[in-house]
Amino acid sequence: MTTTQADIDREILAGQADGPQENQPRLDYPPYRSSILRHPTKALHPIDPEGVELWAPCFGHSDVDDAEADLTIQHAGEPQGSRIVVAGRVVDGAGRPVPHQLVEIWQANAAGRYAHLRDQHPAPLDPNFTGQGRALTDADGYYRFQTIQPGPYPWRNHLNAWRPAHIHFSLFGTDFTQRLITQMYFPGDPLFALDPIFQSVTDPKAREMLIAKYDHDLTSPEYALGYRWDIVLTGDHRTPLDTEEPS
Amino acid sequence: MSAAPGQTVGPFFHLGLPYEKGNELVPPGRAGAIRLHGRVLDGSGVPVPDAMIEIWQASPDGKILQQPGSLRRDGWTFTGFGRAATDADGHYWFSTLAPGPTEPGKPAFFAVAVFARGLLDRLFTRAYLPAPKDLDALLESVPEDRRGTLITEADDTGVVFDIHLQGPHETVFLSFPRHRGIWA
Ligand SMILES: [Fe+2]
Repeated sequence: MTTTQADIDREILAGQADGPQENQPRLDYPPYRSSILRHPTKALHPIDPEGVELWAPCFGHSDVDDAEADLTIQHAGEPQGSRIVVAGRVVDGAGRPVPHQLVEIWQANAAGRYAHLRDQHPAPLDPNFTGQGRALTDADGYYRFQTIQPGPYPWRNHLNAWRPAHIHFSLFGTDFTQRLITQMYFPGDPLFALDPIFQSVTDPKAREMLIAKYDHDLTSPEYALGYRWDIVLTGDHRTPLDTEEPS
Repeated sequence: MSAAPGQTVGPFFHLGLPYEKGNELVPPGRAGAIRLHGRVLDGSGVPVPDAMIEIWQASPDGKILQQPGSLRRDGWTFTGFGRAATDADGHYWFSTLAPGPTEPGKPAFFAVAVFARGLLDRLFTRAYLPAPKDLDALLESVPEDRRGTLITEADDTGVVFDIHLQGPHETVFLSFPRHRGIWA
C-alpha cells in the first residue's frame, strides 16, 4: 500500500497527542520513514562531559576564506533565482555570543535541486550555483551569508512528499557537547504542517526557532532580500576556572 | 534559555560537510599514525552508507588543542578534529594519533559525534582506546554488558570502532547535563 500525505498527516497528529511536547526532535519518529531503523531504542546515557568534550575544535582564517560566505560568486556567471542575505547571531544557552566559530551551510538551488549525484529530482541544475558555503562568526557571534532562495523539493518518504524550502546549517559552540546540525526554514511556508522532519520537533515554540524572520534592514535596495536567523545552542559546561586555557 | 532543535543531515550532506583530508588528522603512514575505523550499522545490521562521523580528541600527550587548520590540513599541524563520511559499505576511517589521557589515571578516548540520513539529531558517544586500565565515570556507570560498545578493538592498522545505531549491540549514546531541561 502506498503511503499518502493523509496517512502521514494522521501519524504526525498522533505523534503530537501521544506524549509531551518536546523541544528537540524525537529520534524515534516513524512518520519520517528513514528513521525507523536508525534511531537508538535505549535511553541516552546521562554523563558529565570530561576532557576534550569541554572544548570545541578551533577554526580560523586559515580554514575559511571570506569569499566562501557568498554562494553567488563561486562560478563565472550569476546563479538563477532570487538573491538573499541570511544573517544572524550564534549564542550559547546563556545568551553569550559564540565568537570566531565555524558555520557551514548547504542547500538546493532555486529550482529545488541539489548539486549532488544522488539528487534525481528532474529540476534543472544551475552551472553557476553549487550551494555550499562557510563562514566564521565575528567577535560578537554574528555570521552573514549571501545566497539564492532555495526551492522546495520532492522526496520519497511517501507519495507526493515535499520538503519546505530550507538551508542546512552546521554549527559549533565553545564545547563539543554544543555541536548542532539543523535546518533553517523560511517564514510562512505552506509545507510546514506536512513535513515529518520539521514536525519531529513536537513543541511548536521550538519549531519556531528554526524559522528565519524577514528583516528589511538586511534587505539591500535593488539587490537582495534579507532574512535574520539567530541560533541558540545548548549551554556550555565549562566552569569559570577552566575557561581560560585547555590543559 | 531554549536551544534550537537539531534536524537530520539528510541525504545530501556530502555537498556541504565532508572536505578533502577531513579524515586525515595526520597523513596516513606517518610515524605514530593509527587508523581509527569501523562501520555504522542500522537496527537490522545493515551498513549505513550515508552517515558522517566526527572525532575530537586530545594529542598523544593528553593536551587539548586549540589549533586552527582542520579544514585545510598543512600536513604538519595536529588539530585534534576530523570528519569522515561512510562509504557504500558503511565504513569510515580516520588517520590520526592515539589520544593521551587528559588527566592522569583517566582512560583516553575520542569524543565522537554521529550524523546520518534518517537520524533526526546528532548522537554523541566516546571511543576509548583498547583495554582501558582505569575506568572513568562513564565506563563505571555503563552496565558491563554494554561497556564494550564504547571501547575500540586493536587491529593491525590501529583500532576498530563499529557504531550500532540500534539493535542488540546498540552503542551507548550520551546525553550531557545542558541537553536536559533546556526549555526554560
Ligand atoms: Fe535538504
